[in-house]
Amino acid sequence: MEINYVLNGRKIKAEISADDMLLGQLRAQKCFSVKCGCETTNCGLCTVWLDGVPVLSCAVPAARAEGHEITTLEGLQKEAREFAQFMAEEGSDQCGFCNPGYVMNVLAMARDLKNPTEKEICDYLSGNLCRCTGYTSHMRAIKKYLAFLKDKKAEEAGDKA
Amino acid sequence: MYSIKEYVIATTLEEAYNLNQKKTNRIIAGNMWLRLGNANIVNAIDLSKLGLNKIEENDEEFQLGCMVSLRQMELDEKLNDYTKNALRDCVKDIVGTQFRNSATVGGSIWGRFGFSDVLTCMLAMDTEVELYKAGRISLADFVNMKPDNDILVKVIIKKNDGKANYQALRNAATDFPVIACCAVKKSDGWSFSIGAKPTKAVRYTASLEDIQNNMDGTLDDILEKITFGTNTRASKEYRKAMAKVLLKRAIKNIETDGQEV
Ligand SMILES: Cc1cc2nc3c(=O)[nH]c(=O)nc-3n(C[C@H](O)[C@H](O)[C@H](O)COP(=O)(O)OP(=O)(O)OC[C@H]3O[C@@H](n4cnc5c(N)ncnc54)[C@H](O)[C@@H]3O)c2cc1C
Ligand code: FES
Ligand code: FES
Repeated sequence: MEINYVLNGRKIKAEISADDMLLGQLRAQKCFSVKCGCETTNCGLCTVWLDGVPVLSCAVPAARAEGHEITTLEGLQKEAREFAQFMAEEGSDQCGFCNPGYVMNVLAMARDLKNPTEKEICDYLSGNLCRCTGYTSHMRAIKKYLAFLKDKKAEEAGDKA
Repeated sequence: MYSIKEYVIATTLEEAYNLNQKKTNRIIAGNMWLRLGNANIVNAIDLSKLGLNKIEENDEEFQLGCMVSLRQMELDEKLNDYTKNALRDCVKDIVGTQFRNSATVGGSIWGRFGFSDVLTCMLAMDTEVELYKAGRISLADFVNMKPDNDILVKVIIKKNDGKANYQALRNAATDFPVIACCAVKKSDGWSFSIGAKPTKAVRYTASLEDIQNNMDGTLDDILEKITFGTNTRASKEYRKAMAKVLLKRAIKNIETDGQEV
């Protein structure tokens, strides 16, 4: 069957099988940031955005992309690089395997939640597993990144005034 | 892993229902559970374009379309104000945000899973399901029906003067619950549901007087009637002991408006 969707701002027309998952389709489009960690919806590594909402691409039928906008890490390079700097500074980038899905969900959270508490951050990210870090360095990086975004917003608002 | 020959996006419920009469065809909702099985599906019937992803409210009830995601349930303020956050509490530990953005209330209730937080929570409330052919029936009846070829269209939570509280115990955050309980207090009595026993949830009621004057004895009587089981997550003895703790905690939370645990 044929599907038409928008991938990172680009129109895509693709031929898929009825039982293809979005994950395989996105890799076929050379979005290699999208990886399979568990294939059982438990690890969060395959996270992408469907119309701006984070979902697990290992379980979303590719057919459901029809008419929708999909965003992967390839489409969020600027934000990802900004956040990655905080991760590097806090040592929360170890083997790096969990990063693509984790970064996608952190960026979704930064849009979704205003001034989240530590508990709200943990709750939002509980579906992203990391075998290396123990999550404390992640938390430091996230808090600093959110503070950076807040300052940036305030600066922009100041510039406008 | 399952296989699918044709992916059909249903344009009407009638079309979906007719297709679903064949054993080799299956409704596809969030797809989170379905894809883990090994069915050879001829037509996967997608309900996502039927406008069934809305939570609607009127004077008597909340109506949740079957394609409402668990995340929608978690974030809906009116629904959570009304249920005193019981619905939010019952889904908040299910895997993760991304998972809950896809998994649906229809798939959760239709599956009648033993481990289901959603089923356990809704069973203690005045909940009905609307089936395409069979019409409206109480969730308490639906839970004991054998899965057939009907379609679950809506889940309905009736409004009343009740207060609800949901409690679950997990060995690890985001794992399946080891035991789950929901309590609802109305002016005419209490209702309780106990799920993840590990088999599917059951519902019991008690009078206001019995809980007020003899809470331990009343809960012990209820728990005596329930068959708890042992699996790799927990023993039946542990489940039974914890069910009592969770029920008492839920009752206390309701009586104190969540001020004290
Ligand atoms: C890894 C994992 C962990 C989980 N952990 C928990 C947990 O801790 N607590 C919990 O409560 N739940 C848990 N669940 C269950 C989950 O929350 C959903 O209940 C489950 O995935 C089914 O919902 P779905 O929308 O994905 O349905 P699907 O997987 O699409 O469908 C499930 C079944 O229901 C049928 N179906 C779906 N919708 C309808 C309908 N409207 N009418 C008729 N038939 C229908 C389908 O044909 C299929 O047979 C877990 C699931 C997974 C995969
Ligand atoms: S690969 Fe999708 S959740 Fe692990
Ligand atoms: S850094 Fe290795 S799994 Fe997360």
